[in-house]
Amino acid sequence: MSDTKNFMFLNRRAPYGTIYAWESLEVVLIAAAFEQNVSLMFADDGVYQLVKGSDSSGIGMKNFTPTYRTLGDYEVRHMYVDKASLEARGLTTDDLIEVEWEDWETEESVDNIVEVVDSEKAAELLENSDTVFSF
Amino acid sequence: MSDLHTVNKSPFEKNSLESCLKLSLPGSSVLLLEDAVYGALKGTSATDLVSSALADKKVYALGPDVKARGLDESRLIDGVELIDYAGFVDLAEANDKVQAWV
Repeated sequence: MSDTKNFMFLNRRAPYGTIYAWESLEVVLIAAAFEQNVSLMFADDGVYQLVKGSDSSGIGMKNFTPTYRTLGDYEVRHMYVDKASLEARGLTTDDLIEVEWEDWETEESVDNIVEVVDSEKAAELLENSDTVFSF
Repeated sequence: MSDLHTVNKSPFEKNSLESCLKLSLPGSSVLLLEDAVYGALKGTSATDLVSSALADKKVYALGPDVKARGLDESRLIDGVELIDYAGFVDLAEANDKVQAWV
């Protein structure tokens, strides 16, 4: 697997108001299908993408919260959330969806791959990625 | 009569809301829609901006956009009024003109 790289998707936009969040999800799914190591980072308004309880029926748009919940099934192993961005918006982990991960070969599983990290850790994670995709 | 001001950008990403509030007269109506509904929430770094505007302006948030973003009504700043699309039309009709802050 020498062709495997560590891909990081950096999501900094709120969902629904622009197309960025949805486009990011599309590319994440493609990268995961090509068996790359895919991680997601949510910062700034991007943290709003993970807020639970979305009902988009009133605005005529697809509710894509369920798609985030399936990312664990696509072997996305890490979803990081910038702590400072959460705090500036009055949000806590209780406001965020949980995403379960399971390796269907080894049956190893993690209840929730959404992890809040401080800015220093976030910077490290970005630095240590082979490629960062910005949305 | 006065004007209806609409804002559709997140206050954390652009200064549209700030400019709108600075450049609108007392008595104006301000409607937060799309990503601007994040400006209507309690406990954020943008809350004070809207709280102080409520002293002499009416502030509204568009319900369908609030719901789409998973935000419960209880998170709205006290004094911000939740309206639906029909309410938007009523506001547009009741004011002299509509000024968009994009």
